[in-house]
Amino acid sequence: MNKPLRRVATAMMAMIVLLLANATYVQVIRADELRSQPGNKRTLYAEYSTPRGQLIADGKLIAGSEPTGDKQFKYKRVYSDGPVYAPATGYYSFIYGSSGVENAEREVLNGNADSLALNRLRGMLTGRDKQGGNVELTLDPRMQRTAYQQLADDGVRGSVVALNPSNGEILAMASSPSYDPNRLATLSSEKQQQAWEELSDAPHDPMINRATSTLYPPGSTFKLITAAAALETGDYDYDTPVTAASSIELPNSDATLPNYGNSTCGSMPTAPLWEAMARSCNTAFAEIAGDVGEEKLRETAREFGFGQKINIPMSVAPSSLGEIEGPAPLYQTGIGQRDVRMTPMQNAMVAAAIANDGELMKPHLVSKTLAPDMSVLERTEPERMGQAVPEDISHTIRDMMVKAEQYAGDEGKITGVQIASKTGTAQHGEGKDPHGWYVAFAPAENPKIAVAAVVEDGGNVGANATGSKIAAPVARAVIRAGLQGGG
Amino acid sequence: MASTATDPGKPRPPGTGSQESSAPSQPTRRGVELVMLAFAAVIVTSALTLVSINQNSQPTTQILYYGLAFLALFGLAHLAVRRWAPYSDPLLLPLVAFLNGIGLVLIHRVDLGNAAEAARTGRTFNAAAPSQVIYTALGLVLFVLLLAFISDHRSLAKYAYTCGLTGLVALALPAVLPSVIAPSINGAKLWIRLGPLSFQPAEFAKILLLVFFAAFLVSKRELFTTAGRRFLGIDFPRARDLAPVLVAWAASIGIVVLERDLGTSLLFFGIVLVMIYIATERAVWIMIGLSLFAFGCALAYPLFNHLQQRVDVWLNPLTSESGYQLRKALFGMATGGIGGSGLGGGYPSIVPYAESDFILITAAEELGLLGLAVLLLVYMLVTTRGLRVALAARDSFGKLLAGGVSFAVALQVFVVAGGVTGLIPLTGLTTPFLAAGGSSLVGNYMLVALLMRISDSTRRPQQPSKPRPQQPPIAEAHTELVERPR
Repeated sequence: MNKPLRRVATAMMAMIVLLLANATYVQVIRADELRSQPGNKRTLYAEYSTPRGQLIADGKLIAGSEPTGDKQFKYKRVYSDGPVYAPATGYYSFIYGSSGVENAEREVLNGNADSLALNRLRGMLTGRDKQGGNVELTLDPRMQRTAYQQLADDGVRGSVVALNPSNGEILAMASSPSYDPNRLATLSSEKQQQAWEELSDAPHDPMINRATSTLYPPGSTFKLITAAAALETGDYDYDTPVTAASSIELPNSDATLPNYGNSTCGSMPTAPLWEAMARSCNTAFAEIAGDVGEEKLRETAREFGFGQKINIPMSVAPSSLGEIEGPAPLYQTGIGQRDVRMTPMQNAMVAAAIANDGELMKPHLVSKTLAPDMSVLERTEPERMGQAVPEDISHTIRDMMVKAEQYAGDEGKITGVQIASKTGTAQHGEGKDPHGWYVAFAPAENPKIAVAAVVEDGGNVGANATGSKIAAPVARAVIRAGLQGGG
Repeated sequence: MASTATDPGKPRPPGTGSQESSAPSQPTRRGVELVMLAFAAVIVTSALTLVSINQNSQPTTQILYYGLAFLALFGLAHLAVRRWAPYSDPLLLPLVAFLNGIGLVLIHRVDLGNAAEAARTGRTFNAAAPSQVIYTALGLVLFVLLLAFISDHRSLAKYAYTCGLTGLVALALPAVLPSVIAPSINGAKLWIRLGPLSFQPAEFAKILLLVFFAAFLVSKRELFTTAGRRFLGIDFPRARDLAPVLVAWAASIGIVVLERDLGTSLLFFGIVLVMIYIATERAVWIMIGLSLFAFGCALAYPLFNHLQQRVDVWLNPLTSESGYQLRKALFGMATGGIGGSGLGGGYPSIVPYAESDFILITAAEELGLLGLAVLLLVYMLVTTRGLRVALAARDSFGKLLAGGVSFAVALQVFVVAGGVTGLIPLTGLTTPFLAAGGSSLVGNYMLVALLMRISDSTRRPQQPSKPRPQQPPIAEAHTELVERPR
């Protein structure tokens, strides 16, 4: 019986070798793949066992880490003014992952970034726990708060984006309705699940960052781009006469395209280009779009950022002109209707480029990353996206926008500050109240702030809503908060 | 056969001479056992200290008492071995003590994780470590009793049929009992619950059936070796000689169907096959058995949803809907990596049954691939030491029993470790000595006692003065075989 016994011994050893080989396969060869699987809680637990870095804006703590006393989740994420900053911070949940800056800067915040390698080594040597690095945002807390409150206090839906035209810093990025990321940071999975379901089922998607993710028809604010395209052709200048007709027939179609309220553009048969802009005459800009052609219009829009991949660091949905099939749709595109879609971020970029002598700066939300001891790891350098329009043309458009501001209502006007602006009232389907837009920069001669505001579905005004009625006061309040520090 | 028992190449360890012995030429090597036990106690105590540091950052002197209690417990077992089995293998007890101790530490560690989880969610939980300590003591008591009362393993052969019948009944008991006494836990009907006590009769049935098969096969060896038809160059047994294998096969199928336990079924069938193979020295039995196994699988697979589920989980652990157990286990292993998170530094409680079925995953996460490899190699040592006992045994019954016991442990380790690491489909079996579970622990200590009893007889000096009129018939059969002219 010894021969089979020896064979059984060999078989037993083979079984152990098989087990060891398989364990090596799982624990070494496939380890990275398995570790990064979405359902793997351990990776998250490891994150929760060290204090996550802070999110700071102008010295104000927006998101911090608090010790919990719990053994598995040693720290908890805490947001101050959660709904105000949610579009920027995003959430940080152990069930649903993270979004916003929490996600984009996770390597710095959880301490795993390459730039923090020296800190980790120092921590290892001194036996201190790993600490996350901090992230300073470009947001201006006063403007951010104003932007959110202007929308939320009135109970309207929409978004406001404010940029520093000279360097692309995002000074405010608000979205309404919003949500409190603290609800998703709770350490009770039941409460997290409940919050998630409530927020997912809530009307109007409070977790969406409208500033970067929602594509709106821009309405008349798009005339800035049509005007820029026209001026770039050299065939147009500030005073070029354009049609003042109250309505025109669309080419190759029996449909007509009227001005707002079916009014003429001034009292003459033609109006100078600046007046067409100031009065926002649809007929004029529809004809201009037909004149400059689709190709030129697309090129100009692209130079302002349309269709480009932009990460602020979160990705911004690319704005687009849509398909333009024939001259009639081109006419409509020229006044920002048809299939033109823009994010509030993109519209703020248009205003910012015009404000910055035609030079478009890449919008960004993170001004610098900091080590746990607040020493600077990395500073975001302003990045140039290109010259959207030549400097002189940008000044021409600015002058038109200063004129336009005179037609854009008085509500929330700031005395002593000259604003350059363009309003928009975008139809988006039968029976729906229009979206109101207002893009602007101020002060006109020495721009510090470029802003775009959109209020959805007529705000509180209904079918008679216009950009100057519902969006302009919001944006002006944000500009005032930025320039004067007022709320 | 007997010549392999002496091991003349090994030097005589110091400190073993004091043991009184009728044959001074044969060292008992009990000193080695004691030193190795102390070594195991040191490792286990260090492991417990690490858990404590990583969980509370305050190791208390209490840990030292635990370590000493552990050493004292196994010291008592060691004294019993000195008294009743002085010539037995000196490594078996320290090896299983090491496994048992590491198991206790891991169970305690999972308890801490579960306690934290329970504190957060407000659920209740029962710590498994305290009862495991009691089962360890109980296991050692039975270990000692077995050594004390069975002075010669050959006497067991006399009760072969009693053992066989009792074993079968015990195996079938949970299946036929009403679910008040035999509840279905996690789909398997394996348990008997009497008031606060619950146990798995299969663990004890295993021992009884091992004894039965060893005795039965030794007495009926002729039957199995009689050549039937020769086909394709292989001697096939006669059809009627297939009966025992077919009975074992049918019983295995019965377990799967009635108790829904794939692991136990696989284990029993594998043990029977290998014991027949050892007894007959004919590999054709393995082939027949494997064919029957494959046939059984093919038969059962389309009929039983839980089999299909298991296979689906095994093939697609990351995507299968019911694969969360294995998925979590694989995540734990991957997070542990080569070196592990350190005892107390990981999150083993994420994996369900981290203290029982999946305890090897707890080890793999916190001790890493290295720790898992150590545990598997210790199992290999235990089972190959067991086979050494079998090789050295002087009688066929002892040889077969020791071989069967060793293989049973090895197969069980393979099935459970292969299952939780995704090598083979997952089946519910306990990891011998490591996993929380009283029946398994106590049963395995009884198996080790049997091994040590056989081992003791192989190395015990022959006493020529002792007349052997009452020699059991089994040993005679063995003598007959050796002398048979070929």
